[in-house]
Amino acid sequence: MNKFADFIARNQYSHMIILAVLLLVILPLSMDIFRLNLVGKYLTYAFVALGLVLCWGYGGILSLGQGVFFGLGGYCMAMFLKLEASSPENTAIQSTPGIPDFMDWNQLTELPWFWEPFHSFGFTLFAVIAVPAVFAFIIAVAMFKRRVGGVYFAIITQAVAAILTILIIGQQGYTGGVNGITDLRTLHGWDIRTDEAKYILYYINALLLFLALFVAAFVIKSKLGRLLVAMRESEERVRFSGYDVSGFKIFIFCLAAAISAVGGAMFTLQVGFMSPTFVGIVPSIEMVIFCALGGRLSILGAVYGTLLVNWAKTSFSESFPELWLFAMGALFIGVVMAFPNGLAGVYQRYIEPLLLKMSKKDDSPSAPTPAAKDASSDKADTSEETLTSEERKHA
Amino acid sequence: MLESTKSIPAKDFVLSVEGLTVSFDGFKAVNDLSLYVEEQEIRVIIGPNGAGKTTVLDLICGRTKATEGSIKFKGKELTKLNEHQIVHAGVGRKFQNPSIYEDLTVFENLELSFPRGRNVWGALFFRRDKEVVDKVKEIADMIFLGDKLDTSADLLSHGQKQWLEIGMLLIQDPELLMLDEPVAGMSVSERKQTADLLHRITKDRSVLVIEHDMQFVADIADRVTVLHQGKVLSEGSMDRVQSDPKVVEVYLGH
Repeated sequence: MNKFADFIARNQYSHMIILAVLLLVILPLSMDIFRLNLVGKYLTYAFVALGLVLCWGYGGILSLGQGVFFGLGGYCMAMFLKLEASSPENTAIQSTPGIPDFMDWNQLTELPWFWEPFHSFGFTLFAVIAVPAVFAFIIAVAMFKRRVGGVYFAIITQAVAAILTILIIGQQGYTGGVNGITDLRTLHGWDIRTDEAKYILYYINALLLFLALFVAAFVIKSKLGRLLVAMRESEERVRFSGYDVSGFKIFIFCLAAAISAVGGAMFTLQVGFMSPTFVGIVPSIEMVIFCALGGRLSILGAVYGTLLVNWAKTSFSESFPELWLFAMGALFIGVVMAFPNGLAGVYQRYIEPLLLKMSKKDDSPSAPTPAAKDASSDKADTSEETLTSEERKHA
Repeated sequence: MLESTKSIPAKDFVLSVEGLTVSFDGFKAVNDLSLYVEEQEIRVIIGPNGAGKTTVLDLICGRTKATEGSIKFKGKELTKLNEHQIVHAGVGRKFQNPSIYEDLTVFENLELSFPRGRNVWGALFFRRDKEVVDKVKEIADMIFLGDKLDTSADLLSHGQKQWLEIGMLLIQDPELLMLDEPVAGMSVSERKQTADLLHRITKDRSVLVIEHDMQFVADIADRVTVLHQGKVLSEGSMDRVQSDPKVVEVYLGH
């Protein structure tokens, strides 16, 4: 037990390994495919929460419209799957066979030009990242070059989320309207609705999430990560240290958007549809709650926060559906007031010292040197050491 | 004094400000101001509150855009550049309130100011190599914080924060250093240390300082410029300025 505590508290990869064991081994073994598929769906939100850790937690840029990028990624994937599901044979009963069913219902007789490229899977994979990233880039350049920030930026992102939802719902013939793009079946002939496919997609999703976590960890550990913290505190000082602040904000916002979009695409694959419900204001704010609850400075906290809130949502709303929104609101306010750094903050403050104490008891009588050395290394030697303690703080 | 400087060609000055005017909704905070700073000179700007001292620094570093006039730094026009481009040109600015990154350590504060990896990709792939570590240590020793490298900056005293910010500028090796009230809130011994520091660091650069503490001004200034209502009231050595009746009337007399 003490060895285990020692491993968790001291090894810098331990938290990542524990999450990997949980997601890749424990959950798949202990859950039926229905529940596991639900977890897979929740994990796609974790991509968004992770993006928020980068742009809100580190960069100080609160976006209340991350659902936009999740949705755009999801829609790109859904367009490809829908085209595959709408082969002329499958849609022979329509007045125009070969186009998606909702287009036919809306009296469209031809596939719109912007749907054409989504016949190609290669293009779709590219578009899943590129479309949201370019969209984010346009918003970011327009805002950050003019030095719009803080609450104003949050409100504008929220407006963008509302506008996009209205646009999608209004353009029924092109987007599937309020129902979204439904009835998705196969990916290159591979049926994504079978249990086996769901297992495989769950694992692909989990691995992509780890890839995103590594990218995020790399960014946070780089000088860019420290610059983001510096900008959050004193943007002016960063500017007068010779940095073009807007460039860094644009970068981190686009990166967050791209990560969210991957989640959106995996959502479409695992759940089998995409709809404007996942683009708008409500899901966007929920994502912020996942991130805040997990701890906005912790990339792993974002994953746990997302899983926990969604697990609570599922179990709570099964019994008291009408109370869930109040419960979530209370949870959010409570956590932010009592623990500004979320679950990760609670862990660092209460659990980690406990683990360190347990492991110290283990080796202090026999070998006092390593324990003493470690205790002082919290704020010890210059370069390398500060990095590790810093990252342990945020892990 | 002003007449004599105007006859010298502008390229002899590190900084030449000419006809500078900025107007906020009709109020001219700086009004047709001209100012010339030589190489390796410590110039102190004094003047009553609202004289436009801080605004002049804001204009030079690009924080405020001039309505009229020109600011030439080593022959380069600064009024058209962005803040970070002005920094790249070699102008460093310290703010009135210590403006440092409190969540980061002293080392990290200095490292972020090290002039390398200043764009997104450069920052992403920045390596903390020996050159960086050595330079950070050298600067930290210079600003009396050599033993505080791993201290979180929010734990420093007020005076130490001021020094840290000066260090963050020094590590960029600017040719013109602008300091807004560097000794405000410092103890007597800290003031003395700061004066020593300023004398040491002007060996290869010019310094423009705003300060109220007349003892400190006398300690460091090569020349003093007195501003009043956005204009130069008097300029010259400390003795000359102190005995100027106009200056006594609007500023020193109080």
